[in-house]
Amino acid sequence: MNLRGGAAPIEMPAGVLVSTAVAVPPLSELELDRRRYRRGRAQRSALVAVISTSLFAIVAVAAVVNAPGWERFRQAFLDLNVASSSFSFILGGLWLNLRLLAVTEVVVLIVALFVASLRTLRSPVLFPFRAMATAYVDFFRGLPLIILLYLVGFGLPSLRLSFVPTDPTILGGIALVLCYGAYVAEVFRSGIDGVHPSQRNAAASLGLSPLQTMRLVVLPQAVRRVLPPLLNDFVALQKDVGLVSLLGAVDAIRSAQIINAETYNYTPYLVAGLMFIALAVPSGRLADYVGARARRREQAGSVV
Amino acid sequence: MSSEPGNLALTAPVPPEVVLACRGVTKVFGDHAVLRGVDLDVGQHKAVVLIGASGSGKSTLLRCVNLLETVSDGTIHLDGVDITDPRVDAVAVRRRIGTVFQAYNLFPHLSVLDNVMLAPRVVHKVPAAEARERAMNLLGRVGLADKAAAYPDRLSGGQAQRTAIARALAYQPRLLLLDEITSALDPELVGEVLALVREVKAQGMTILMATHEMGFAREVADTVCFLDGGVVVESGPPAQVLANPTEARTRRFLERFISR
Ligand SMILES: Nc1ncnc2c1ncn2[C@@H]1O[C@H](COP(=O)(O)OP(=O)(O)OP(=O)(O)O)[C@@H](O)[C@H]1O
Ligand SMILES: [Mg+2]
Repeated sequence: MNLRGGAAPIEMPAGVLVSTAVAVPPLSELELDRRRYRRGRAQRSALVAVISTSLFAIVAVAAVVNAPGWERFRQAFLDLNVASSSFSFILGGLWLNLRLLAVTEVVVLIVALFVASLRTLRSPVLFPFRAMATAYVDFFRGLPLIILLYLVGFGLPSLRLSFVPTDPTILGGIALVLCYGAYVAEVFRSGIDGVHPSQRNAAASLGLSPLQTMRLVVLPQAVRRVLPPLLNDFVALQKDVGLVSLLGAVDAIRSAQIINAETYNYTPYLVAGLMFIALAVPSGRLADYVGARARRREQAGSVV
Repeated sequence: MSSEPGNLALTAPVPPEVVLACRGVTKVFGDHAVLRGVDLDVGQHKAVVLIGASGSGKSTLLRCVNLLETVSDGTIHLDGVDITDPRVDAVAVRRRIGTVFQAYNLFPHLSVLDNVMLAPRVVHKVPAAEARERAMNLLGRVGLADKAAAYPDRLSGGQAQRTAIARALAYQPRLLLLDEITSALDPELVGEVLALVREVKAQGMTILMATHEMGFAREVADTVCFLDGGVVVESGPPAQVLANPTEARTRRFLERFISR
């Protein structure tokens, strides 16, 4: 055996113990038949799905269009002229939502990781920190978001403290961080608790300190595990950034409201709603993809 | 037994006493052909043991038999019925096949008794009292009557694997598939599981199993099949295949195996 550096030669068994890949054999007539049959079945069920979906859509549309109030509804909610003239103004408002979203997501992550780490500390000396973290989660998870928004948005500035910001966007962002930080902290905590104790033991037996164990062994596994539910919370946050309009920040929803006040038409709300949906679709697909990948990884290597 | 590599004897008649007949079974993952035409018969009340290197496709073949994998080509007949036909109801086929996995795969939220009773009650609609009686009976046979109320996390590896065997036997399957059921066990525990398999065989069960325990293959097998390069290279009675292999590849495998 060569123990002194350099690449040690690896002895490979002579093609006996490890069977190697061989070229894929051609398919028999029978297998081709089976594949044709399966394809046929798949096509038929796809056709049935398309037909039943279209039938349902036709019936639903017919019911709405024939409703007695359809004409009024169309004028109030589906005015294409209002839609096209308000589009760019609302899009400008959406830009504020997007910037707010980017910042709150990052801050929520930091707050949540911190709180979750505090909540999972085991040492009895750190009990006060653990209790504070628990109180934080209990309080802000239980408080309805709209009340939290009013408390932070209108209550904080009324104290007239010089260091409290007055910008409604920033105040709304603080409220969102407080609320979502509590939710996401719980997601992280479930991930941390889900890492098997044997991993902590393995890390401890290598001489890692509790903090190093948390940072280098537990958290990386926990984050990977909680990514799907985490993304789900972020999709929810994506639409909740629209709530800053309640505090007067001119975002997409507030912009729609302004046009609504001018034109007495509700189409701008629909435009803003469609924009939020359009934002949510890619995030939703990303969450699906990440979830599927995590499942595959978890299930890989399982025996039979 | 036919062992011509890649011989697609799709029309070969299946004798009535044969429970399981594989003909030209092929399984391809991406561009990696794991099985390239496996021919293999398991006769009624017989035990056929698959041996072969790690990665030679033993588990894959067993997964194809209970339809957890779809074969890429070839046919598998169970009691003369082609179960690879896409028109066949896979759930109904699996109800006639008992499978024991290497990792036990017991349901952790159910007691030992409930693990064994689940399929008879839910799948085969056996009344609760009767299912319980039969399950207790089975647990007695595998020596676990006193563990009936225990949960799987309280069992030793050998006890868990015996529970898994009882669970697979509970609905009286036509064929029992065993995939390296002893490879996660301590050497002392291997014996108790193998003794159980021997007893199950003696009572007339038809068995197809993959194992790395050559001693066990020698004792319990009617036929040993050596799998390599995606085909059955050699098959025959254990005395011949294990002691006097005719194929050079089999000889090399066994030499390496014993020298380890
Ligand atoms: N789902 C899959 N996707 C891709 N490749 C797979 C899949 N399942 C198995 N394989 C490959 O098929 C080959 C045979 O695997 P299999 O588990 O059947 O071997 P085995 O003979 O049971 O080995 P062992 O003795 O280690 O259990 C391996 O090379 C494996 O990587
Ligand atoms: Mg295997």
